[in-house]
Amino acid sequence: MAELSPPSTTPAFDATTLAKDFPLLSRRIHGHPITYLDSAASSQRPTVVLDAMRDYDETTHANVHRGVYSIAEEATRRFEAARADVGRFIGAPDPSREVVFTKNATEALNLVAHTWGRTHLGRGDVVVLTEMEHHANIVPWHMLAAERDLELRWLAVDDDGRLVLDDLDAVLDGAKLLGLTCMSNVLGTLNPVAELAAAAHAAGAVVVADACQSVPHLPTDVTELGVDFLAFSAHKMFGPTGIGVLWGREALLAELPPFLGGGEMILDVRKDGFTPNDIPWRFEAGTPPITEAIGLGAAVAFLNGIGMDAIRAHEVSLTRYALDTLRTRFGDGIRIFGPPEPETRGGVISFAFGDLHPHDVSQILDEYGVCVRAGHHCAKPLMRRLGVNATARASFGPYNDEHDVDTLVDALEAARKFFG
Amino acid sequence: MPGLEDLYREIILDHYRSPRNRGELEAPPAVRVEGFNPLCGDEIVVTLDVEDGVVADIRIAGTGCSISQSSASLMSAAVKGKSVGEARDLIATFKGMMSIHEATLPSGAGEDGSGSVEAPEPEAIDIDALGELAALQGVVKFPVRIKCATLSWNTLSQGLDEATAAH
Repeated sequence: MAELSPPSTTPAFDATTLAKDFPLLSRRIHGHPITYLDSAASSQRPTVVLDAMRDYDETTHANVHRGVYSIAEEATRRFEAARADVGRFIGAPDPSREVVFTKNATEALNLVAHTWGRTHLGRGDVVVLTEMEHHANIVPWHMLAAERDLELRWLAVDDDGRLVLDDLDAVLDGAKLLGLTCMSNVLGTLNPVAELAAAAHAAGAVVVADACQSVPHLPTDVTELGVDFLAFSAHKMFGPTGIGVLWGREALLAELPPFLGGGEMILDVRKDGFTPNDIPWRFEAGTPPITEAIGLGAAVAFLNGIGMDAIRAHEVSLTRYALDTLRTRFGDGIRIFGPPEPETRGGVISFAFGDLHPHDVSQILDEYGVCVRAGHHCAKPLMRRLGVNATARASFGPYNDEHDVDTLVDALEAARKFFG
Repeated sequence: MPGLEDLYREIILDHYRSPRNRGELEAPPAVRVEGFNPLCGDEIVVTLDVEDGVVADIRIAGTGCSISQSSASLMSAAVKGKSVGEARDLIATFKGMMSIHEATLPSGAGEDGSGSVEAPEPEAIDIDALGELAALQGVVKFPVRIKCATLSWNTLSQGLDEATAAH
């Protein structure tokens, strides 16, 4: 593994030891130790995250930005500190102003469609998406397209699960917006986001990136990526459900109208109108997910403690082991989607196993305590491109090790025998 | 904890490996109905000929898991040659067997083509009347798979509605 690691002062970590920090991973399922391979859908939470949320609830909870009493001030300070921690984690130039807390990443993307989209897109305007987008970065644009009569264009995916960039300039010609995922939740493909963002900007388009799969697993720097908006969710990065993040360039956010209306997002309300608040609170109507923000802040500290370079190196190594083992064991009996080289993908492995349906595969794996996702992964346009209705998907986190891969492979062998 | 043998009974595996009445009838004159399971992307195509109030012929096409495929196969064998009324009764009985948990699942009714057949109360179900179909009873112990089992039945129900409305 050492030779795979990029130059880093962060020491490598031991995944097997790290897993002990995650209470759920000590569970047994049907008499077997759990083998959790669905972190791309939702990751598990370490004790430090659970403790931080509990500590906040037990010692500090009050509504934020309102009271002048001690715990209200403390709650506000902890909440805003979590925001700044998240901002620094992704290299935001102004961490305390550019990070908007939302309900989840889906809401973050909808926020962009509602605010930026409604003020910048009109009849005939072009929105470019990739065929590998999650529904969360498709449907909001479909909805806006129906409302505003927009044209949707698509960047195609090749047989190895990479974006086809041959006609990039033609596709981007005249486009107002490019929506793309940093890393496919189905294929694991790591897209050349910086290159695409530069091309989009040259064409005059704004870039909205879905970073749900990349932020938890590799270093992220919004300045290096060059995007304008970046959405991700806490529950895929070892934090709680109920909170997502939209990062946006300060200059762009500052000119946007509010999203939802209510308390918190205003400076003044009169009978004849209202004055919206400054960013980022302008986009956070109502009481925000405070405990969840504290949990997200703790998750960021947890990830920083391990080091994102170390996590990436571990997952590249584990993905290589998984790809090699699956191919060696099953040969033509398994069809693995996405780029063949582990360096160009994340730790997400979608596959077709013989002619067994993913539901049946997943059902048998569950009998051995192995948790994988089966279905269309909220990426039906990509499923159609791949020519399948559904896939089975194993995805890794820093708590997974080679033993987990071996358990998966043994359980797949059992599924093959069962239906054979 | 229910075991796999509750779900994957031998009859189910047999119908999965050797599905009956595969294919499509020419439509028209046959009625053609598509059903979708929004949870997993499975799709099923039921084509049926209804003549003089009888399901004269039926074919099943589409893709799906072992539960949805075997349920469709068993269904096709069970309703072929039956009157529309008998077929509707069978749908009601089958859905009744599955309804124990289905009522608590997120509704996909609008997308999977639920027809006009109301499921009876579970205690009123005559399991014996289902014959081989009773093999699917174990599915109720695996709530996420119930929609797999009911997909073809909801699609058939819609097809019967269309076939009878046309006359």
